[in-house]
Amino acid sequence: MTSETNSAVRKVRSGVSHTLLIIVAIVFLGPLVYAVSTSLKPADEVFTPTPHLFGSEIRWKNYADAFTFAPFDRYFLNSLFVAVAGTLVVVAASSLSAYAFARLKFRGREQLFVLFLGTLMVPQEVLIVPMYWLMQSLGWVDSYWALILPWAFTAFGTFLLRQFFLTVPAELEEAARVDGCGPFGSFFRIMLPLARPAIAVLTVFTFISFWGSFLWPLIIINSVEDKGTVPLGLAQFVGQQGTQWNLMMAASVMAMIPTVLLVVLLQKHLVRGLLVTGLGGR
Amino acid sequence: MATDTTFAPPGAPPRAARAGRRPALRRDGRYASVFLAPSLGGLALFTLFPTAMALGISLFDWPVFGTRSFLGFGNYSHLLHDPVFRRVVLNTVLFVVLYVPLNVVVSLGLAVWLGPQIRGRQVFRVLFFIPVMTPMVANVMVWRLLFQPGGLIDGGLQAWFGIDAPNFLGSSNWAMPAIVAMSIWQGFGYNFLVFSAAIDQVPQSQLESAQIDGAGPWQRFRYITWPMITPSMFFATTMTLITSFQVFAQPFILTQGGPGVATQTIVMYVYNQGWQFLQMGLASAAGWVLFVIIMGITAIQFFGQKRWVNYDV
Repeated sequence: MTSETNSAVRKVRSGVSHTLLIIVAIVFLGPLVYAVSTSLKPADEVFTPTPHLFGSEIRWKNYADAFTFAPFDRYFLNSLFVAVAGTLVVVAASSLSAYAFARLKFRGREQLFVLFLGTLMVPQEVLIVPMYWLMQSLGWVDSYWALILPWAFTAFGTFLLRQFFLTVPAELEEAARVDGCGPFGSFFRIMLPLARPAIAVLTVFTFISFWGSFLWPLIIINSVEDKGTVPLGLAQFVGQQGTQWNLMMAASVMAMIPTVLLVVLLQKHLVRGLLVTGLGGR
Repeated sequence: MATDTTFAPPGAPPRAARAGRRPALRRDGRYASVFLAPSLGGLALFTLFPTAMALGISLFDWPVFGTRSFLGFGNYSHLLHDPVFRRVVLNTVLFVVLYVPLNVVVSLGLAVWLGPQIRGRQVFRVLFFIPVMTPMVANVMVWRLLFQPGGLIDGGLQAWFGIDAPNFLGSSNWAMPAIVAMSIWQGFGYNFLVFSAAIDQVPQSQLESAQIDGAGPWQRFRYITWPMITPSMFFATTMTLITSFQVFAQPFILTQGGPGVATQTIVMYVYNQGWQFLQMGLASAAGWVLFVIIMGITAIQFFGQKRWVNYDV
């Protein structure tokens, strides 16, 4: 084979490869495009004999109508409040304990750390029954407390931040200690500022996992109109007076937008968030 | 998991030096309890205590309202003889058996294909990761419309090929494959990212010199790439196995477990027993069965890894 045909073969190959890639991307994006397309159609054009990308009009009003069809403004506010509060608790508790495991010397540290990691083994489904009973005992059924606190203490954050703290050179803190800085000072003034990238990753992934959680809110929230989160609202939407698919898709797209933005924003750090995402989704 | 040993570093210091560290140890210990208090308290109250409590509840006839009575292993033997629970376990296993290999093949295949030489692969990483992060319920809603008679799949097949699509979600043959397809679309971006990051670590120079020596693409993958990505493979398969046994939202919203109980999963069973039939004892026992299955799978993975996972390349 001459080098000329060789390079021709390579060109054809890379052409085929790129075409296939574009096809894969289109198939993958199909459902999302279909959702956006449906969300902009008039109600009677959702199911047509031939699929069309656009209806007879681009109906932006569907997005406003979704809010009047169901109290989605309320659902969004609830979700936002729960996710922000939950994330704050997660970041605060896990950065404190991560510092202890990374930097403080105390008896039983290794054993305690193994115990922390061990809690990751327990699936949420084992916990929901006793958790419900616990919420009943505390009088927290159908409350924001129940949405926020039970899943805000996970060992993932501790593990993630501990790994980061271990990479910070000890000399930085020793210098501060000589200057009379105690553990609290060095935690707040040295470690936390340095750990900003890791904390950002933890924050975003925790927020997203609160934002999407479904099973627990489904169990613990009875007054959906009042304390329901977005996934609960979406699930209620189905079968209400014959599903309004165009409004349904408008609501789904709105629920997706914040998470899509965060993923794009944090794209360089997705790999680091894999662990938080993997089992943390509650 | 790498835990460092602070108490006995190699070449341990002489006694005098160790005695000198004791006050520091005590002082650090006091601070440590403050630093650890929130996490430790939270984990004890919301994870450790409930785990034990779940086992306790599973030994009782525990209605949400009304009197409780001790049953011993009654709930577990009830599960063993309940045809619905048996079916539900089989359904979950079927989902796992279909979902996990397909997910790994799709994500690994795409990760190898979209290697470092492809321009714009970061775009694909972000793109494929989007459904992993968007709320599951929203994803499932989109697919419910997609599978609906008259939806995109049915409409497209009729308009362009003149074929009547089956009623995917209403057919006992198609409902489970439909759930698996939706789940793969939603979830493969996670493993894609894991594999893609691992493949980045494979030195290009080795691949190139193998190519010069006449190794084909398959040989290069088998003998250079594969041994280096086995740790990621282990991580990905373990995580995917664990999470796929916990499948809930997809069947709950797509099919409500139907037709009949054809797509009901273990977690749906827990939910139904607990919050539809208000039998907390039975729900808790079913949850523990799931826990044992997951622990067993993880143990098998960990013991089996010696045979194929390569940590020292």
